[in-house]
Amino acid sequence: MGNKPELLVPAGSLKELETYLAAGADAVLIGEAKYGMRLPGDFALTDIAEAVAYAHEREAKVYVSINKLLHNEQLEELRHYVTELSKAGIDGIQFGDPAVLQTVREIAPQISLHWNAEMTSTNYSTANYWGTKGASRVVLARELNMDEITEMQPELNIDSEVQVHGMTNIYHSKRRLVHSYMTHQGRPVDGGSLDKDRGLFLVEAERPDEKFPIYEDENGTHIMSSDDICILEDLHLLMASGVDSFKIETLFKPSAYNETVIRIYRQAIDTYFQDPENYEFDEEWMESIRRVQDPERELSFGFFYKEQVY
Amino acid sequence: MQTAEKHSPKYTGKRHRLEKPELLAPAGNLEKLKFAIHYGADAVYIGGQKYGLRSNADNFSFEEMREGVEFAKKYGAKVFVATNIYAHNEDLDGIEEYLRNLYEAGISAVIVADPIIVDTARRAVPGLEVHLSTQQSTVNWQAVKFWKEEGLPRVVLGRETSLEEIEEIKKHVDVEIEAFIHGAMCSSYSGRCVLSNHFTDRDSNRGGCCQSCRWKYDLFEDSRPETAWISEEEAMGDPVLQQFQLGVTQLPLFEEQDNAFTMGSKDLCMIEHVPDLIDVGVDSFKIEGRMKSIHYVATVVNVYRQAIDSYMADPDNYVLKPEWIEEINKAANRPLNTGFFYDTPDHEDHIYEPEEKAAPYDFAGLVMEYDEATGMAVIQQRNHFKPGQEVEFFGPGGTFFKQVVEQIWDEEGNELDAARHPLQKVKIKVDQPVSYFDMMRKKK
Repeated sequence: MGNKPELLVPAGSLKELETYLAAGADAVLIGEAKYGMRLPGDFALTDIAEAVAYAHEREAKVYVSINKLLHNEQLEELRHYVTELSKAGIDGIQFGDPAVLQTVREIAPQISLHWNAEMTSTNYSTANYWGTKGASRVVLARELNMDEITEMQPELNIDSEVQVHGMTNIYHSKRRLVHSYMTHQGRPVDGGSLDKDRGLFLVEAERPDEKFPIYEDENGTHIMSSDDICILEDLHLLMASGVDSFKIETLFKPSAYNETVIRIYRQAIDTYFQDPENYEFDEEWMESIRRVQDPERELSFGFFYKEQVY
Repeated sequence: MQTAEKHSPKYTGKRHRLEKPELLAPAGNLEKLKFAIHYGADAVYIGGQKYGLRSNADNFSFEEMREGVEFAKKYGAKVFVATNIYAHNEDLDGIEEYLRNLYEAGISAVIVADPIIVDTARRAVPGLEVHLSTQQSTVNWQAVKFWKEEGLPRVVLGRETSLEEIEEIKKHVDVEIEAFIHGAMCSSYSGRCVLSNHFTDRDSNRGGCCQSCRWKYDLFEDSRPETAWISEEEAMGDPVLQQFQLGVTQLPLFEEQDNAFTMGSKDLCMIEHVPDLIDVGVDSFKIEGRMKSIHYVATVVNVYRQAIDSYMADPDNYVLKPEWIEEINKAANRPLNTGFFYDTPDHEDHIYEPEEKAAPYDFAGLVMEYDEATGMAVIQQRNHFKPGQEVEFFGPGGTFFKQVVEQIWDEEGNELDAARHPLQKVKIKVDQPVSYFDMMRKKK
């Protein structure tokens, strides 16, 4: 049995951050679309300083996402950003691009580095490689299954983070695909937003009941899963294996929903660690989540129990 | 089908240098390898039995690799192996041995995406060059520098990199830059797409991609109030929510007659911009397509070979030849564009209309022998052809002529009404001299 895992939640605003910490989160992931991808909202640098002060008072951690694939033009401002984040006293940075790792190591070596290459962080050996470069945590791909995740725990030299709840990104393009399509149709984008708030989704002919959210922002086009991961029922397997951080994805959900989900996972984690031997899953936890779940989005085990071929 | 219908601004940078780039072609099997090299590729990339991203291609055994390397050597060409999966735990055993075997087979370089395979190769087989795969989506100079410092002499850039960005990368880092210049493209950042995993449980990053980006989708807007599903009870009597309860929950963003939404991209084609690519300092011109036909590979390689040689011979008087574009179009499977080199792709760069799919020409026969005295050629049949049909001959350097097939004989001298049997050797009279490895094609 490992240590009690951290419960990590992305927050889109100071208000959300307060709500989520009150509901039981141990750490928040924040940032802005300019550097971090698929965050529920933007935090300006001043807000980040405020978030850190608030969270640290409550012994919670603040991580900032700089996980986008950077182009040349951003390398200079990245240095400034990291300097300011360092002053703000944040606890960690999520990165996917080696340029971010190098910059943080050089400017703010005291900040923890969490390697998050989305769907491409798929094995312990590569995670350990990033460990030798200075990363202290790997954010594992959501396409791994339970066996892969639990069996790699003893092999990992760095901490691991696993998403336990919510939607996942399944496609990211630098292209503005919705804008392109609407232009092709001759449909005016009418100054309207194509961002998250628009509620756009795709349906594929063979899968009429699955709705895949799609949106555009300055990082291009993002397509999200049609179901929400919920591994609550088998959370004990992850806890027993020693996963260090559980992430609840809050993107595209009302904060009342997220608050409920965080509270339930908090309860499950605390119950387990009071007495792991006699831990029992409480069906009522699941019911509480089902009651607030969007009926058009299935709660699923994601790839935890799927066999993938290639 | 036409090339680059968007009128992109020309790259306005300086000529930074004038070095002949490598022309790097795909080779899905041993035969394609031979054609690619004979038609002018300086190097080819192939897939081995493991760790590659084309699990459906008939990948090379070590024995075939050795034969391929032998063949390549005669032309002074190199053979690279794509070892570009993102490994899962179960894939880790055996990587060292596999890489050693590649090295012993005479492979010059491996193209790698997963950092642990980079690291293993550098450590276990230092003689084997490692090139960073486009699957890493490397698009800035600092990341390129990182990989150079890890011991990589070459980085294949992400397809999102513009010419201006390549110029800056070359300015900051002394490393070989390889760029895709022709062929099909992921519309996502490479490696950052698991549509295939979600739709069909096929792992795209281990070679199972089912090209869901080219499927058709309907685009809707959710018209439910933001938190409808959690405040349904409270909001009884709310007129907006009543509509929601009546089932008006989504607005289609398309009309009956509209084409469907898709992420599918046109194919990349830089034949009109070879000087820009050379001037900016791209070291290796990469053609996509290990699954493509011999006819495709030979045609495309042939054209770029001529364009590169022509520019290098006399850069100031270089002229883009219209027949190069015609040739490219004879092999093209899709409409073409210039990707991200000049601008971010937009509505003209995706394929919303139903796809024509097939290239307009078929590879009909391969020239095996030619008898100058009689003007007779031995042709190995590669597709049905018959007397009366117009065919076209071409070979390295693009020399080609058209003629009508007259009589066809089999090897015993019996006259045939058509060449029907795959790989059968037949004789026909040709209007001009041809040689072994020349190809005969016909319009579909």
